[in-house]
Amino acid sequence: MSIVSEARPACGEGLAPKTVVFDPDRPLLTDGGGRIAPLAIAYETYGALNAARSNAILLCHALTGDQYAAGVHPVTGKSGWWDAMVGPGKPFDTDRYFLICSNVVGGCMGTTGPSSTNPATGNPYGLDFPVVTIRDMVRAQAMLIDQLGIETLFCVAGGSMGGMQVLQWAASYPKRVFSAMPIATAAKHSAQNIALHEVGRQAVMADPDWRSGRYQEQGVRPEKGLAVARMSAHITYLSEAALQRKFGRKLQDRSAPTFSFDADFQVENYLRYQGLAFVERFDANSYLFVTRACDYFDLAADYGGSLAMAFKDIKTRFCVVSFTSDWLYPTSDSRAIVHALNAGGASVSFVEIESDKGHDAFLLHEPMFIATTRGFLDSAAAARGLAAHGNSK
Amino acid sequence: MNFTPAGEPTRPLDQPRLDLAVITEMVAPGARVLDVGCGDGSLLQLLAQKKGVDGRGVELSQRGVNECVAKGLSVIQGDADTDLCDYPDDGFDYVILSQTLQATRRPRAALANMLRIGRRAIVSFPNFGYWRVRAQLSLTGRMPVTGHLRYRWHDTPNIHLCTIRDFVELVDELGAHIERGAALDRAGAPIRFNAPWWVWNLFGEQAVFLLERGGKRA
Repeated sequence: MSIVSEARPACGEGLAPKTVVFDPDRPLLTDGGGRIAPLAIAYETYGALNAARSNAILLCHALTGDQYAAGVHPVTGKSGWWDAMVGPGKPFDTDRYFLICSNVVGGCMGTTGPSSTNPATGNPYGLDFPVVTIRDMVRAQAMLIDQLGIETLFCVAGGSMGGMQVLQWAASYPKRVFSAMPIATAAKHSAQNIALHEVGRQAVMADPDWRSGRYQEQGVRPEKGLAVARMSAHITYLSEAALQRKFGRKLQDRSAPTFSFDADFQVENYLRYQGLAFVERFDANSYLFVTRACDYFDLAADYGGSLAMAFKDIKTRFCVVSFTSDWLYPTSDSRAIVHALNAGGASVSFVEIESDKGHDAFLLHEPMFIATTRGFLDSAAAARGLAAHGNSK
Repeated sequence: MNFTPAGEPTRPLDQPRLDLAVITEMVAPGARVLDVGCGDGSLLQLLAQKKGVDGRGVELSQRGVNECVAKGLSVIQGDADTDLCDYPDDGFDYVILSQTLQATRRPRAALANMLRIGRRAIVSFPNFGYWRVRAQLSLTGRMPVTGHLRYRWHDTPNIHLCTIRDFVELVDELGAHIERGAALDRAGAPIRFNAPWWVWNLFGEQAVFLLERGGKRA
């Protein structure tokens, strides 16, 4: 094993790119029978690890997120995906906790994925990359946490696909997780979730530039297909109310319809922009792999069909959060998790946050969500014996 | 944006609760406690402070749950009528239902579930046999509105009101055993003297009972 710092452009204050590379003698063996070696894991950290190594929090990113949870993203120049929640004086307080966020295996921001070089061929993996699962992602994260010398995580938190990783962490390594926050997530992907992902994958594969996943060697990118996948997915992250409030039937830079297929409506323009911005930072094959990992997720299936068995006698403190207008991972999904945790005798809180912002609400500034997270972490920190931070901002 | 809360709390969050101290006294130190209809978490906090209990809560209103979790309490959003069946047998030492029984749709099922989940149950409720209630109904011919029954008949969440005698009868039907009972007077103080039931039923504005699962009765 070795820790290398890749030579990347400077990416903002406090954002030194970090990567751990596990040599071929430490392969990641996947649920599907695959073997990933060498394995690189790109990660970021925020705040400082205390002497007792007891204040580490792992943040798990969602489908198209990455390790840049806070601060300025080096590729997009925008704020990190959880900038609303991570920073000095914020619920995930960098003055108090040591925050770790790593790019998932199968991703495209420095961790080994389909765009990485396949050591067997010298070419990019493409579709030869092993299909990975949420559990494989968590196994890789555990390797990183081991490498960082952290035995027990004070908290594992994340939303959406990140929330699935949180649940998997608690089930796979219950003694290593002191507290857990699965947010806007589900213990299994529903038929609707799988269906929506399949639309995205087929859009990518229908792009002539996808070239059966070999587009890298041929110097092209399936940008149109990936953009369509993102546009359709983006709708599922919002709500009808939020779309109506933001766009309604407003026209884009014009006073009358053009009777053409231009982006007459603001909502069209917005979606096209979302698609274009996305293809600049995301790899099409990675999109296939991470959506597939979610589809295969069914935590109860690994425990004889009983989700309660996945959490039997667990000592981890849970705070489950859902949002009223999230139709992608609705409150009923969170309730199923809560029921299983209760049946398993776990300490669990559950809050449904009132919001009309849809699934994406967990990424946005939602005061009640922030208050909930702060309250949960404060009480867990007291139970863990972590000192309250002195200079609250 | 303006949102209306999904559901108002089943009991007012700002009203001082006179029965909490009596309930706290009934709980053994360090016990595992489930507070059903825990409101803003006042009782759970009191129990944690005074008795060092391992407490959990269930609350119907989003506002109540959010307040509890922000205070660091383990509380889930749920309904006493529908969600108690999800809890395993003997998961807790005490299951508490304070000032909520009369707001459940099926009080008997709720009570039975409580005595399944915990060996002991503590129930507090407003006594409809209180003399002022009786007087209002009999003298004015109208549905009573008192300090503890503040709602008018058409907007009250209290759909299953009972008297102390009625409650004791239900406990009997469920084969449970009353370990302790206290009637609280208008000021909220327990009626200390030993008195027959009919006295409590007349002068108690609220009642608090500590029940034990059946099988132990003489």
